[in-house]
Amino acid sequence: MVVATDQTEHAGHPDPTNVGKVAMWAFLGSECLFFGTLISTFLLYHNTTLDGPTAQEIFDVPFTSVSSFVLLMSSLTMVLAHYAAGRRDWRRMRVWLLATAGLGLVFLSGQAYEFTNFVHEGLTVTTSPFGSAFFVLTGFHGGHVAIGVLMLLATTFMSFSGRLHEGQGMNVELVGLYWHFVDIVWIVIFTVVYLLQV
Amino acid sequence: MATLTPTVDAATPAHHAPSGVWSWLTTTDHKRIGLLYGVSALLFFLVGGVEALLIRLQLAAPDGTVLSADAYNQMFTMHATTMVFLVIMPAAAAFTNYFLPILIGARDVAFPRLNALSYWIYIFGGLFLTISFFVGGAPDGGWFGYAPLSTQVPELVRMDYWALGVQILGLASLLSAVNFITTVFTMRAPGMTMMRMPVFAWMALVVAFLLLFSLPIIAVGLFEVFFDRNLGTLFFDAAAGGRPILWQHLFWLFGHPEVYILILPAMGIVSEVLPVFSRKPLFGRSFVIFSGIAIGFMGFGVWAHHMFVAGLGPVAEATFALTTMFIAVPTGVKIFNWIGTVWGGSVRLKTPMLFSLGFIAMFVIGGLSGVTHSIVPSDTQQHDTYYIVAHFHYVLFGGAVFGLFGGIYYWWPKITGKLLHEGLGKLHFWLMIIGFNLTFAPMHILGLRGMPRRTYRYPDGLGFEFWNFIATVGSFTIAVSILVFLVNAWRTRKRGEVAGNDPWDGRTLEWTTTSPPPEHNFDVVPVVHSEDDFWHRKYSEDEHGNAVPVPGGYEPPKAGQDDPPIHLPSPSYYPILSAFGMFLTVLGLVYVPWGLFLAGAGVVTIVWGLFGWSMEPVTREGH
Amino acid sequence: MIGHSRVRLGDARRHRVVILLVVVALAAIASACSGNDPTNLARVVDGANPQSALDPKGPTAETIDNLFWVVFWIAAAVFFLVQGVLLIAIFRFRQRKGKERAVRQVHGNMRLELVWTIIPVVVLAVIAVPTLSTLFDIRSAPDPSENALEVEVVGHQWWWEFRYPAYGFTTANELHIPVDRPIYLTMTSADVIHSFWVPPLNGKRDVVPGRTSNLTLQADDPGVYVGQCAEFCGLAHADMRIRVFAETPDDFEQWAQDQQQPAVIPETGSAAAGWETFNTICVACHTVDGTPAQVNLAPNLTHLASRTSFAGATIDNTPENLRAWLHDPSALKPMRPDLNMPSQGRIMGMPNFNLTPQQLDDLVALLETFK
Repeated sequence: MVVATDQTEHAGHPDPTNVGKVAMWAFLGSECLFFGTLISTFLLYHNTTLDGPTAQEIFDVPFTSVSSFVLLMSSLTMVLAHYAAGRRDWRRMRVWLLATAGLGLVFLSGQAYEFTNFVHEGLTVTTSPFGSAFFVLTGFHGGHVAIGVLMLLATTFMSFSGRLHEGQGMNVELVGLYWHFVDIVWIVIFTVVYLLQV
Repeated sequence: MATLTPTVDAATPAHHAPSGVWSWLTTTDHKRIGLLYGVSALLFFLVGGVEALLIRLQLAAPDGTVLSADAYNQMFTMHATTMVFLVIMPAAAAFTNYFLPILIGARDVAFPRLNALSYWIYIFGGLFLTISFFVGGAPDGGWFGYAPLSTQVPELVRMDYWALGVQILGLASLLSAVNFITTVFTMRAPGMTMMRMPVFAWMALVVAFLLLFSLPIIAVGLFEVFFDRNLGTLFFDAAAGGRPILWQHLFWLFGHPEVYILILPAMGIVSEVLPVFSRKPLFGRSFVIFSGIAIGFMGFGVWAHHMFVAGLGPVAEATFALTTMFIAVPTGVKIFNWIGTVWGGSVRLKTPMLFSLGFIAMFVIGGLSGVTHSIVPSDTQQHDTYYIVAHFHYVLFGGAVFGLFGGIYYWWPKITGKLLHEGLGKLHFWLMIIGFNLTFAPMHILGLRGMPRRTYRYPDGLGFEFWNFIATVGSFTIAVSILVFLVNAWRTRKRGEVAGNDPWDGRTLEWTTTSPPPEHNFDVVPVVHSEDDFWHRKYSEDEHGNAVPVPGGYEPPKAGQDDPPIHLPSPSYYPILSAFGMFLTVLGLVYVPWGLFLAGAGVVTIVWGLFGWSMEPVTREGH
Repeated sequence: MIGHSRVRLGDARRHRVVILLVVVALAAIASACSGNDPTNLARVVDGANPQSALDPKGPTAETIDNLFWVVFWIAAAVFFLVQGVLLIAIFRFRQRKGKERAVRQVHGNMRLELVWTIIPVVVLAVIAVPTLSTLFDIRSAPDPSENALEVEVVGHQWWWEFRYPAYGFTTANELHIPVDRPIYLTMTSADVIHSFWVPPLNGKRDVVPGRTSNLTLQADDPGVYVGQCAEFCGLAHADMRIRVFAETPDDFEQWAQDQQQPAVIPETGSAAAGWETFNTICVACHTVDGTPAQVNLAPNLTHLASRTSFAGATIDNTPENLRAWLHDPSALKPMRPDLNMPSQGRIMGMPNFNLTPQQLDDLVALLETFK
């Protein structure tokens, strides 16, 4: 998605191949505010539990720790994918991309399991402001992870068809930036929502 | 008209620009997208204007019967929503789209298809909001949608149209912001350092950052409102421990930066027009730029001045009173520098200049009344009265709209190749400034006399009659002035004077190209040596510092054999397709649960659009 | 000859046009006036601008007013200075026809930048001092030694509920207060955010569901002071008015003691028949102290006949108006009773009960006994 200009080597004029990265960083800056606002809402309501379950009663921190670890490992595989791409080892890159997507899916399954349990134990979006804030925050995060998984799979698919090599299409580095960001957001959520409450 | 420009008008051969409706629906050319934004904004301006006239008719006399209370509440909600989201922001986007790349010496924006997507989302968002009038009523909870009023009646869909409509309009702006930031940081012409960029480009950049950081906050708020209305969440349900004041914080954390988003582009335009029509550089250019940046930063620190009567507590109120007072400082710096630009110049009072000078005069009034709001005890009387309505119309109409009209008259010749008629332009200006002051100056008095906002009627005996009547007369005067403008615009198609490249003897790069510019903007990408690069190629300075024309004038370079081929972005239908998918999605979401089918179809369309987009090739060979 | 008659024709024609315009304008105003007819407040309060913030009738409003004028005159000085320099610049440096002038390409002046940055900072700092001190002053609750009268305020769509805990009674829309004594309002809302505002006595304060807010009113002299809700709260936001009756301490005590008396259910005549209807229909929402009617969703009617207005203080309290209201409430004030959900705490107006003329007469007779 780059329009070539005629001269590229003068002072103060960055390399156009950075275009995607500038855009992704700008977008991620916006996402910081998005999740910051969701987390702020949660912090406001974390004790407004009405008759429903409280954080202490319902969270299973050991379980969530495991799924957090899984997501953290997926950032490692993402780094490995990027490294392989840098060395033009497309086969290795695809392996690590798929591993990242796979770990992301494991994380999402863990979320689904956890949320199903919460619903059975009496915490839904409508139970209390705490419930509303919790599910909306983690739900949006999960949605972001899901979109990340789709982007990872799309990148892998495009690599099979040879598009990645021409510099077009989804840049592995950009996907990596997004994926790491989503992981960092989870670390903040895990700390603020799970660890600091219990 | 006499100009000092020695430029030779380049006779561009008839260029095979794509034509037909399909070429417009699939365009990725920033200039065409800018035109689309401009025409759309103008149409919505007329819609919002009619809404305003209906309001003024209802309030012309006590106990009015022109509009029912229900119709009135929809009218003021939609007037504000239309003017903010469907007029001023897109009008600024029109100019930014058209001119930002040219001003920085680029051929297009960083992401042309994303650019098109932003436009189509805007249009579909406007269409979405308009549909609500015909299906049981437009949103009626105010453009600010305070909870729990906005979540109180989930059975009626009006405020769902509002929540979802504003949400996707915000998305359109966010995508534009990413696009413009990337463009400025990566696509400036050689030699175009950040500090050599025209002030309009700088203001566009600051606005992009304001959008980037403020839109996500309201996005969360709008989701919370939508979920409260449709999923039974309890974010703003006071009985369940929810906090209505949370909505106000989220809204105004966006809403205050939003007003700077609305004014800074117009300030940028004024910063371009004043130097050209004073024949002097912008006085204190770097101070004007840094003030704009300062306003952007400080704009995030004043939001709670909209909540001085909400019960924040005196410490918070004192803090925000101080931050609000001090944001007047960089604003004042700009105003003084503008006056300094005019001072000592050779002032040509053409229509663009009249609107820019009018901007300064009106904005000073609006800014001063704003300072009176920051005085918290006074604000407890002023808040939610017509005194506030007066203030923001002075800065948004007297400010932003005047500035934007200045931009229209200034850049019309560049965009269309023809000049707007000067006599009609002056008539437009004078009718507008007189009508504007007749409409809004009395509102200061009405507010202090106790007339609250958002009231469909007022009784006899409170002393509101006379000034309301005057305000209504003023509003119709404004309407007449707009008719004059429309006549002028229509007339110019056939009978407008040909503009040539540089009708105003301009200072910036857009005046080096033809009018209108070729699709590729520049035959040869310019190498920039200073701010106001074009001016410095036309004029040098004598020993007194006066401008003297360069002998022989300046001709922009022509493309030669050795220049690399020009790549232009290909047209694409995926942006409009994806935007249409979003339209279907939000329309379906209004009518959950059975609307989920439509929303599902919408999501599928979006996925199809994005998938096709990522697969298609980016550029084609130009000539 | 021709010129002379032409001038006369022109005069006559202009004369006729002016008359026509005036007639059209008056007709427009008249037609706009002929709509539904709430109280003309000139019958209730004195003065051309009874809701004005610039005509303070109490100490807090006066403090605010004084501060406003200080800032206003400073702002006016800035206005004249800046606009003046702008106009001078335009006129002095205007390009005369054909006379191009060589222009010095001045880029800026560092000293000027400093001056016009520092001076505004100083001016604002000067304004900030009285602003902050006044702010903290008016936000503080009354001293116990001032013997404030406490009143609880509940905002509803679209009427005001006032409770006097010291006396144990509840009324609606009309607030009686003794002069020269702080009235400490503790306020909340039953539904959406409203704002309590009586400009002659003080600035406004939002009333928010789920939390309480406070405002102190104090009147210097006996009289009637008017205000209205100042936060958009839906359909009839404009029709949610307030009347404050400031009285001498003796008059106030008399009024308060009258309000404390429970109602007596009439036993004979039209009023008794009215009670039968009331006890079937109206008890679903209205309270009348001393009777089985104890639901608090709508205004307390115990002393309705002692009030000068009803329906959010927008309609004169006369038997005719009461009858018209009972006949078709939404015709007099825009409401959405079809959206009422008492279990959820959402009441958006009084329904039309399709009362017969006899029922209407009887109910009015009953309400007239609620003095």
